[in-house]
Amino acid sequence: MRNSSAAIRGQATAGDGAGLPADAGAGARSVVEAKGLGLTFQTGDGPVRALADVDLSIGRGEFVSFIGPSGCGKTTFLRVIADLEQPTAGSITVNGMTPQEARRRRAYGYVFQAPALYPWRTIEKNIALPLEIMGIGRAEQQERIDRVLDLVDLKGFGKKFPWQLSGGMQQRASIARALAFDADLLLMDEPFGALDEIVRDHLNEQLLKLWERTTKTICFVTHSIPEAVYLSTKIVVMSPRPGRVTDIIDSTLPKERPLDIRESPEFLKIAHRVREGLRAGHSYE
Amino acid sequence: MSVFLLAVLFWLAAWAFNEWLVRRQPESRTQARLIGIVVPLIFGATLLVLWEGAVRGFEVPFVLLPPPSAIWDRLINSLPILWADFRQTFLKAVLAGYVLGCGSGFLVAILIDRSPFLQRGLLPLGNFVSALPVIGVAPIMVMWFGFDWPSKAAVVIIMTFFPMLVNTVQGLTAASAMERDLMRTYAAGYWQTLFKLRLPAAGPFIFNALKINSTLALIGAIVAEFFGTPIVGMGFRISTEVGRMNIDMVWAEIAVAALAGSVFYGVVALVERAATFWHPSIRGG
Amino acid sequence: MVAVDPVANLPTARPTLGARLVGGKTVPILTVVVALVALWYAFAVYLNAPWQLDRYAKSEREWTAAELVRDTLNQERPVLPSPHQVMAEIWKTTVDVRPTSKRSLVYHGWVTLSSTLLGFAIGTALGILLAVGIVHNRAMDKSVMPWVIASQTIPILAIAPMIIVVLNAIGLSGILPKALISTYLSFFPVVVGMVKGLRSPEAIQLDLMRTYSAGAGQVFWKLRWPSALPYLFTSMQVAVAISLVGAIVGEMPTGAVAGLGARLLAGSYYGQTVQIWAALFAAAAIAAVLVMAVGFAHGLVLKRMGMAR
Repeated sequence: MRNSSAAIRGQATAGDGAGLPADAGAGARSVVEAKGLGLTFQTGDGPVRALADVDLSIGRGEFVSFIGPSGCGKTTFLRVIADLEQPTAGSITVNGMTPQEARRRRAYGYVFQAPALYPWRTIEKNIALPLEIMGIGRAEQQERIDRVLDLVDLKGFGKKFPWQLSGGMQQRASIARALAFDADLLLMDEPFGALDEIVRDHLNEQLLKLWERTTKTICFVTHSIPEAVYLSTKIVVMSPRPGRVTDIIDSTLPKERPLDIRESPEFLKIAHRVREGLRAGHSYE
Repeated sequence: MSVFLLAVLFWLAAWAFNEWLVRRQPESRTQARLIGIVVPLIFGATLLVLWEGAVRGFEVPFVLLPPPSAIWDRLINSLPILWADFRQTFLKAVLAGYVLGCGSGFLVAILIDRSPFLQRGLLPLGNFVSALPVIGVAPIMVMWFGFDWPSKAAVVIIMTFFPMLVNTVQGLTAASAMERDLMRTYAAGYWQTLFKLRLPAAGPFIFNALKINSTLALIGAIVAEFFGTPIVGMGFRISTEVGRMNIDMVWAEIAVAALAGSVFYGVVALVERAATFWHPSIRGG
Repeated sequence: MVAVDPVANLPTARPTLGARLVGGKTVPILTVVVALVALWYAFAVYLNAPWQLDRYAKSEREWTAAELVRDTLNQERPVLPSPHQVMAEIWKTTVDVRPTSKRSLVYHGWVTLSSTLLGFAIGTALGILLAVGIVHNRAMDKSVMPWVIASQTIPILAIAPMIIVVLNAIGLSGILPKALISTYLSFFPVVVGMVKGLRSPEAIQLDLMRTYSAGAGQVFWKLRWPSALPYLFTSMQVAVAISLVGAIVGEMPTGAVAGLGARLLAGSYYGQTVQIWAALFAAAAIAAVLVMAVGFAHGLVLKRMGMAR
């Protein structure tokens, strides 16, 4: 079941906090398991190491944020999980399979930086897109569409076209689309990066509620410290050139998180540690 | 002379009226739309009045330039001949050639879609051929396929093929990287991606080619008739009536051709509006 | 060294020199061209064979496949002349004949080229003037623009013969009537492109000029004109190609004795297919040179303006 190339695991781990309990039993329970993962792009200016020696284990039901400056490989790591990029070193499993197998079995939903809704389809039809591709029947399609539209508070907007909706609503629709086929794993690549602060707060709150209700595993890329701390059960701090994990912080915040938890001392303490981690990554330059 | 002066007076008055019209603040959208229609109509009417006035005022010989009223008379009185010419040239040669030329251009574009090598080879050549005086193949086609309409349709096929090929190939690359990645996360197959993403995204490009080709097709068919036809057809009529100095008949035929060309283009544009309603260039207008 | 092997285009190919050539445009284009020439030869044999077989039958002659191929590719008046026949004809009529002779392709090409260039120049100037008027005057925008578009619904190429007869009758002859047809065809893309280009500066840029309280002329020369230049050159590439078409068609049905269009017509009257194809290739060569020349000027101007990409 395990990827056979797991044997070529890199030597010592790079990040100090990254030495997580990578015990054998974790494979069954963990959703994503990366060992010594590296990815080097061949560009015109020579090789670029986007990821180096990443060891990480993500358990079922966790909400994991990836934070770091641009170029730290957080998006690349997400794309490796999604089999949109292929690693050049180390091993990674998703649900105990290779990422390719996981993608073929539609193991995850992916939310991009932009909504990427097809403008020629209504919101409903956009949500139906993955269902059509996966060959799900008409009646069940409609049922699922109604359910996920309700989940993201877009009831009554199904017949609209994407360009008739605001940016925040479009991004919610794209989340609904990722939820429609009931994958346990949700990969979100800076989904709220292009939205203004107020809309963003609102969507963060909604996302937390949604996560609680659906008990999905969420991997969330962001470059906002408050967003990462507010949402996550686990924060992965990364640094660039080459992209490495510098710190992994388990959140001590309670599950119930009103928006004003962001002023509590505990929240600020975690935020401080994240900021320290980011600064440490930067001091190399 | 006084006729011409009257015409000039009419022109000045109409111009002043137009100036006044476009400076008005329209009170409603219908009024604004009405102004948008009336202003060019007035301009067109002044052109016709100036033409009539100049021809009568300066006593331009009839064989040089007949007045619009004489052309109108001739048009009304020779409807059967004009209809027969229209049927031969437009309904047979143009439509057959247009459908076959555009259809084969589209199919070849789909066929070479999976070979980047062929695309890189064919695309610059297609662009090059689009700039060539392709109409020159008309004598060859007449030699190969005889005097009747198939030879004209062949010219139309050759003229419309390359614009369609080039535009479709370009259109198929129009979908953004993110939209393609989305399809990949669903593990969608080649044909699913083609039909659900890339062809709809190529729509505006394909319609662009259809519009360009609608004008090319008519011109190609008419010019090809200069190289030999049975004794019917728009090109045939134009060249023989020029020889007989029946210039009013020539103008009547031109009016029919212009009308046919405009309606053809208009129909394609209407279908475009309906099919690619989602594109910013159309929904913005 | 150069891998023309079709296997080389598989996505797994590493970026070696061969793959880089294949990855570029040269090798694919050459491959397609070679394939087209091969296809042409095949068609020439196929299309010319019936006549050749008929000949063999009449003279009751035994023939081999090799002979058939050789003979079909070298007929006097083939249905489809072979590429080397066309090349030989071009060579004969450009190099072997004095350029002033009526049998020289250079002579005919020059006749066509001169009216093309004249029409293109007038058309471009007219197009720019109209566009400037349309952008600066609302009444012109509303009333003229629809008619500029409507003007193109008249299949001018179809009435080229009449225009030339009419213009001859009022004493205009020579290259000017043909040039006027080119003008009519070429002004349109220039108007459309220039209107778009002159309107391309964004509101912020126009506001900036307003903060300097710049006059209309200053706004035009310092902002609108430079922003419109890329659009102008793109339109001019279309315009020059279409000008050539206009000139050629203008030469076709009027009893014209000179020009590539007249060559095409004469060739079709006398069944001289080789001559038709040679004229076609000459026309294609002129089109290529003209379009490339405009493209080159485009690059040069952009470079001087510091806008080259």
